Amino acid sequence: MNHATESHPTRTGTFILVWCALLALTGITVAVADLHFGYASVLIALIIASFKAALVLDYFMHLKYEERLFKIMLLVAFATLAVVIGLTFLDTAFR
Amino acid sequence: MSHPSAIEAGHHTDYTGAKIGMWLFLFTELLLFGGLFLLYAVFRSKNADAFHEAAAHLDIMLGTFNTLILLTSSLTVVLSLEAARAGNRRRALILLTATIAMGFFFLVNKFFEWGAKIDHGIYPGSPDLLSMEKGEALFYSLYYAMTGLHGLHVVAGMAILAWMIRPLLRSSQTGPQAYVGLENGALYWHFVDIIWIFLFPLFYLIS
Repeated sequence: MNHATESHPTRTGTFILVWCALLALTGITVAVADLHFGYASVLIALIIASFKAALVLDYFMHLKYEERLFKIMLLVAFATLAVVIGLTFLDTAFR
Repeated sequence: MSHPSAIEAGHHTDYTGAKIGMWLFLFTELLLFGGLFLLYAVFRSKNADAFHEAAAHLDIMLGTFNTLILLTSSLTVVLSLEAARAGNRRRALILLTATIAMGFFFLVNKFFEWGAKIDHGIYPGSPDLLSMEKGEALFYSLYYAMTGLHGLHVVAGMAILAWMIRPLLRSSQTGPQAYVGLENGALYWHFVDIIWIFLFPLFYLIS
């Protein structure tokens, strides 16, 4: 685990770049919403939001440099949520 | 495993354990919000047109502005932690205070946004809301429930970060594992940011 803590130079530049990317993605998602893609616009908005969340998770929350255990835990949490959502839609969609 | 910084500080700390605890807590929070997102998804799939109609009445400018505030506050808190670990406590304190201030501005915007909606007679249980089409009433109910719960999390995040001013004032620690409390507080703050990243398009941008 020590390799993760050794490579700890100042990441100020990286953080500011990530922040710029997040602002740009926010601009894109607002601009795309104006284009009226109909119901596909929700899908596009969610994909952009997922990109933004991934950037925050990976860099701001440090997950990219964390041990594998953290990533597995996050995967289990997301999988649980996905199963709950999937099962609910199996019910409501065919009612 | 040995942690040099913990030994230097003269007391035993489990750095990885502290962070795993925080992440586990964040997963329970994820499932809490996940339930509400699920509710939103099911109701939206059944009332798509009404949701689009109702979303048109939300203030995109205000929503975008609040998004920029939260994203920037995530940057300042992560830079604050970095400054603290590099031994620059003054810079860390300034950035941490700026983060808390941005949380406050977010809530001020929310206050005006909710205030405008309430002035128009749209609030949970209001006669106007009850006379609306079912889908629109559901949209606004979810809007209040989800942004309200998120707002409470912003308040909690501000309180946690304010509490983390103390260790910064008290002692100087340096190294990659210093100020784990501040790191965990920042993790919470980023989580609140991520929830907003999804709330923003789902409520403001689907019209």
